[in-house]
Amino acid sequence: MEVNQKVAEDHGLKSDEYKKICDLLKRTPNITELGIFSAMWNEHCSYKSSRLHLKKLPTKGKKVIQGPGENAGVIDIEDGDAIVFKIESHNHPSFIEPYQGAATGVGGIMRDVFTMGARPIANLNSIHFGSPQHKKTKNLLRGVVHGIGGYGNCMGVPTIAGQTSFDSSYNGNILVNAMTLGLVKKNKIFYSKATGLNKPVIYVGSKTGRDGIHGASMASASFDEKIEEKKPTVQVGDPFTEKLLLEACLELMSGDSIIAIQDMGAAGLTSSSIEMASKGNLGIEINLNKIPCRETKMTPYEIMLSESQERMLIILENGKEELAKKIFDKWNLDFAVIGKTTNSKKIELFFNNEQVANIPVNTLVENSPLYDREWKKSKLPKKNKIKNETFSKLKIKDVLKKILSNQNICSKEWIWQQYDHTVMGDTIQKPGGDSGVVRIHGTDKAVAASVDSSAVYCWAHPLTGGKQVVAESWRNLISVGATPIAITNCLNFGSPENKDNMGEFVECVQGIGEASKYLDFPVVSGNVSFYNQTKEAGIKPTPSIGGVGLIKDYKKMISMDFKEIDNLVLSIGKTEGHIDQSIFARTILDEKNGPPPEVNLFNEKNNGESLLSLIEKNYIKSAHDVSLGGIITAISKMCIKGGKGIKIKKSKNLMNEIEYFFSEDQGRYIIEIKRDDLKEVVKILNKNSVHHEELGVIIDKYMIINDKTKLTIDELKSYNTNWLTNYMS
Amino acid sequence: MKSSVITFPGSNCDRDMDVALKKFGFKNKMIWHNDNELPKSDLVVLPGGFSYGDYLRCGSMASKSKIMQSVINFAKSGGLVMGICNGFQILVETGLVPGVLLRNKYLEFICKNVFVKLDNKENLYFKNLDKDIFELHIAHNEGNYFCTKDQLKEIQDNNQIAIYYCNKSGETEEQYNPNGSIKNIAGIFNKEKNVLGMMPHPERMIDQSLSGEDGSLFFKNLINNIK
Repeated sequence: MEVNQKVAEDHGLKSDEYKKICDLLKRTPNITELGIFSAMWNEHCSYKSSRLHLKKLPTKGKKVIQGPGENAGVIDIEDGDAIVFKIESHNHPSFIEPYQGAATGVGGIMRDVFTMGARPIANLNSIHFGSPQHKKTKNLLRGVVHGIGGYGNCMGVPTIAGQTSFDSSYNGNILVNAMTLGLVKKNKIFYSKATGLNKPVIYVGSKTGRDGIHGASMASASFDEKIEEKKPTVQVGDPFTEKLLLEACLELMSGDSIIAIQDMGAAGLTSSSIEMASKGNLGIEINLNKIPCRETKMTPYEIMLSESQERMLIILENGKEELAKKIFDKWNLDFAVIGKTTNSKKIELFFNNEQVANIPVNTLVENSPLYDREWKKSKLPKKNKIKNETFSKLKIKDVLKKILSNQNICSKEWIWQQYDHTVMGDTIQKPGGDSGVVRIHGTDKAVAASVDSSAVYCWAHPLTGGKQVVAESWRNLISVGATPIAITNCLNFGSPENKDNMGEFVECVQGIGEASKYLDFPVVSGNVSFYNQTKEAGIKPTPSIGGVGLIKDYKKMISMDFKEIDNLVLSIGKTEGHIDQSIFARTILDEKNGPPPEVNLFNEKNNGESLLSLIEKNYIKSAHDVSLGGIITAISKMCIKGGKGIKIKKSKNLMNEIEYFFSEDQGRYIIEIKRDDLKEVVKILNKNSVHHEELGVIIDKYMIINDKTKLTIDELKSYNTNWLTNYMS
Repeated sequence: MKSSVITFPGSNCDRDMDVALKKFGFKNKMIWHNDNELPKSDLVVLPGGFSYGDYLRCGSMASKSKIMQSVINFAKSGGLVMGICNGFQILVETGLVPGVLLRNKYLEFICKNVFVKLDNKENLYFKNLDKDIFELHIAHNEGNYFCTKDQLKEIQDNNQIAIYYCNKSGETEEQYNPNGSIKNIAGIFNKEKNVLGMMPHPERMIDQSLSGEDGSLFFKNLINNIK
């Protein structure tokens, strides 16, 4: 096939990008080479629109062993242990084929983690669907949940936490973000940098097929009415093979045979071989006839661009081939020596004794396009003036019922019951809490992880929204008694070629950067997913933040369920009555404008650290962060989980009840303490200048608000648990 | 006491079972599916997971694997063989226990705590347990036990039903049945009661910090009975 500008455009390359390729090569590329360029230069692999801005994120810290740039980030959790973690999107494939799209998303992220030598110990996910009324939503939700469960359950890795939301902006583009945490010894971490000449390049895992060709390019374009035609670009997952690959790789890694290892993810053999060569400033020579293929007559072009799953590329020490082969034979996996490292600094491919590609590695990586896209700054919207009559007309009981059963607040048990969350025998906080918590096997330590996003806030004001998501992640970790360490981010946005969407991206990233810097909560890994849009309509900006923290003594972990009758309930952090962009404003008042709640990073840090010190001193019996739905929603969930009631008195201030209970001011928590400890707790909070209020006392069975409103806990529970089950049945 | 846990490719509760057995005093060995012979054992466990991917009927590939012939011989000579979850599915496929395990009634994987009631304590697994209702954990997609009418009669006549799904107070109404299995059956013995297959995972309930501790009672009792 002759390559020209038209063919290049069909590969998603712009005309100036094609010209640049010809200039760099000083000739016209052949079709295999063009395929390789298109795979490496697309948005998904090259980060060409985002690189400039991502550079501004804080990525260093005392606990950071490895920041962005490797397969995943690595943090120190002491005693020679480290946690490897990352979040990644699989949005486009999941919309086209929800089961396989979601399943391979989970498979891909686990591979990123065990490529570094870490055994996966926990999975999380953040999934976002269109309006529940939209005709596709139900099937997409079912397919995605089955896919995530199908892969994670089979791998035997517990899915310990997640987040699900519904918003009409995802009608044409759902989001599926998968996160994995792995455990590794600090001195046994594996990297992807190739070193040494004439070292054997090894292919292991599944055979290569024609599935997923151009997957990464598909993920770098908007959808139109022809998306059904893109089904063949979705990969097909085989969790069983991945489980074998995991065990085989870890077995090989226990020795000293491996120089570098890289999984074949987006853009398959192309990106894995080029990244390894590029990091090591080396060349790589591959004989494509040696690649184990699943189908006959595969061309070099197809082999290089296939995104078949469950494959790895390894650079071995010389002479270790036999030993390595024995391990992969034991696990019944393909093993092939396919080439070697060279000093040419080129990627050279051979097929049927002919050279079919010859490209300098730096042209694919360092010389890849970099765009400073035009972007629009957003203004902070004006606050809405809500009349007092609006509030006084409303009954707190009616509002609470609607809020608790709202699709974005209600219990997601229907989802997480389909995920094995207890395999590996170390899950000490299951899904449904503020964070999932797993013990570090055989020790007193545990790690907590949560995943959060707040698209509505980010849409209303990206800078504030970006800060808020990081702050919420921080709070979710603190609420379970974990010291926050670092985050991973998955940045889901519309088209970077649209300056409004690009503006949302730039300012969300700025917000994330400001908050993570202030909270000393660095970004160690992540990915960017642009073009989440169908035709002209993009999604609401949705950065997902995965946070990880450490609990030194797992017996000190905190959960949100109310523990004991007669204990006192307090709020930490000031309630100011911010109603704009709250669930209340959107669902009860049908008001979609206005600014999101302000994020005061000083208060976040101060309130969070003070709560951690109270937990350390054993004063806290239960805790929960206040987020969507405000104080009363948080308290309701604590009642439901604990099967206990509460008698609440709103403190005296100018706010009316509704504003007080449903506002979504930031930096707040609800805590349960013993009556006898009140004095000491208040003393500590006062000393730290932390605003706090006494809210009430735990009682049996009822929620009683200001002596007027009375609900049973069973009632609260039925509002909260039934929506999703009813919707799906 | 010596135990052996068989690892099939795709087993994923093998380590959890190893941890549990050792915690309660067994000297446990992990045995590879491709081995020919079992070491001398007082108990053999087929763990949970997705043996060989379970792309065919669950457990059917594993039931034909190399080590299984000696497991079957061991069981037939009266040795204790316990299959948990996927292990139960494998036992059913070997024919060591009767019946089949179908896909869950609501076609979804279920992971949650359930209550089960013991029906028969005349065996080494449950003898001397001083309570009848246990809280255990299930995590499966194919736990819907089914057998023919004749088989059911035979099973009942021989007292082969090991545990039933129930509620906290031991009631075995249909609503407490998580997966649609016939008569709420959660676990079953062979005729001789030396082979036990069950869906719940006692190895996930061995610590206060986990979902509960009823699994500990089971293992402690088991090792005492074998001694």
